[in-house]
Amino acid sequence: MTTQHISVTVNGEAREADVEPRLLLVHLLRDVFGLTGTHIGCDTSNCGACTVHLNGESAKSCTVLAVQADGAQIKTIEGMADGATLHPLQQAFWDQHGLQCGFCTPGMIMQAAWLLDQNPSPNEHEIREGISGNLCRCTGYVNIVKAIQQASGQLQAGESAPVEAAATTAG
Amino acid sequence: MIPAQFDYVRPANLEEALKILTEREGEAKLLAGGYSLIPLLKLRLAAPGLLVDMRDIGGMDGIVETDDDLRIGAKATHRQIHESATIARYPLLHDVAGGIGDPQVRNWGTIGGSVAHADPASDWPAALLAANAKIVCRGQSGERVVAARDFFLDTFTTAIEPTEVLTEIRFNRRPRGQGGAYTKLERRAGDFATAGLAAIIRLDDGGTIMFAGIGVTGVSPSPYAATDAEAALMGKRPSEEVFRAAGVAAAAMSDPASDTRGPVDYKRAMVAELTLRSLRTATERALANS
Repeated sequence: MTTQHISVTVNGEAREADVEPRLLLVHLLRDVFGLTGTHIGCDTSNCGACTVHLNGESAKSCTVLAVQADGAQIKTIEGMADGATLHPLQQAFWDQHGLQCGFCTPGMIMQAAWLLDQNPSPNEHEIREGISGNLCRCTGYVNIVKAIQQASGQLQAGESAPVEAAATTAG
Repeated sequence: MIPAQFDYVRPANLEEALKILTEREGEAKLLAGGYSLIPLLKLRLAAPGLLVDMRDIGGMDGIVETDDDLRIGAKATHRQIHESATIARYPLLHDVAGGIGDPQVRNWGTIGGSVAHADPASDWPAALLAANAKIVCRGQSGERVVAARDFFLDTFTTAIEPTEVLTEIRFNRRPRGQGGAYTKLERRAGDFATAGLAAIIRLDDGGTIMFAGIGVTGVSPSPYAATDAEAALMGKRPSEEVFRAAGVAAAAMSDPASDTRGPVDYKRAMVAELTLRSLRTATERALANS
């Protein structure tokens, strides 16, 4: 078995590993780096639960080889919060109850973050199109769309004021 | 799911890639975006001995109009194509690029990878057939240009040699009076096409159809040009009746399999309907461009 040495930057931190060429990026993140926030859902490039940012573009990490990411900047769900302060998307998913079982949530948030990078104020149709590569089997998407709308509004308004993770509003 | 073991190289330029393909002929497979190949590796439907990653090979993703044609580099992603200001003037290609897979697939999947992969339900081959595109294949001894209508031989099988790289796809520049459209039926977002229909219509100054191109995907072992439908359109004035006749002709040339996407009769009926819809839109766009 031959391995290849790769270097990547994950959530701002330089990481290295010796990997088999057939190792998938999602397994590098979860099994080698211990970043289990990125989920494996369908494992067939459909569901988007494994979505991460690869050099700033959203990608399904079950459909990328770790060796393809050599030299790349990678961002995962673990890189979204700023210490105890949730990213506006994370807070919005909490506030709007944009999840039930939560399995799709990391991928959904990473795809939504990419979408808002591309289009800071998407309309409902653009949001639904933007997350069409991410499947949720619980919510029917209504609250996910609301959460992305909330985050879009906050990011647009430049509301970067810290929001305490525990400070949710009832109702 | 874990792919079978393979070797991996990332050549710095095209010459190096071609040398590797020759040295490991029949064993090596090119990797671009990976969104077609990696799922096959994981299912172990493909088990190449060597993957040649095209990532570091520069200059193969341009989208340019020359005096003669429109040239799209093989490494151009579906998203680059969809967002290109040049492609905005080519509505068929714009339709196709924006409807492939989902946003993540479009971020990374490439036109060259999709065309070389030749999945019988993929979208680009239909457009290339309708548009009479040309496919540039580069080997160590030089370049050859293959007509799209001679390229798609069978399921996952094309005219490209194992020692060649697909470098570019060339389309005729859009003349006045021409419009195109792509319509596809899919069960849900991101699914492969149950059926996909690419149409190009060119009208002369009197409003008569002087060129018709119809490419169909998803309903036969390999995407096909619906030449009988094209013949039914040539020299006619656009009308619902003419479009319906073309739809019947396109459906008669299909050879669909009954599967989870539907039975044979249903798929044939969908080809006829999609032909009608694509022709309506293509004709509107042709008139708007006259």
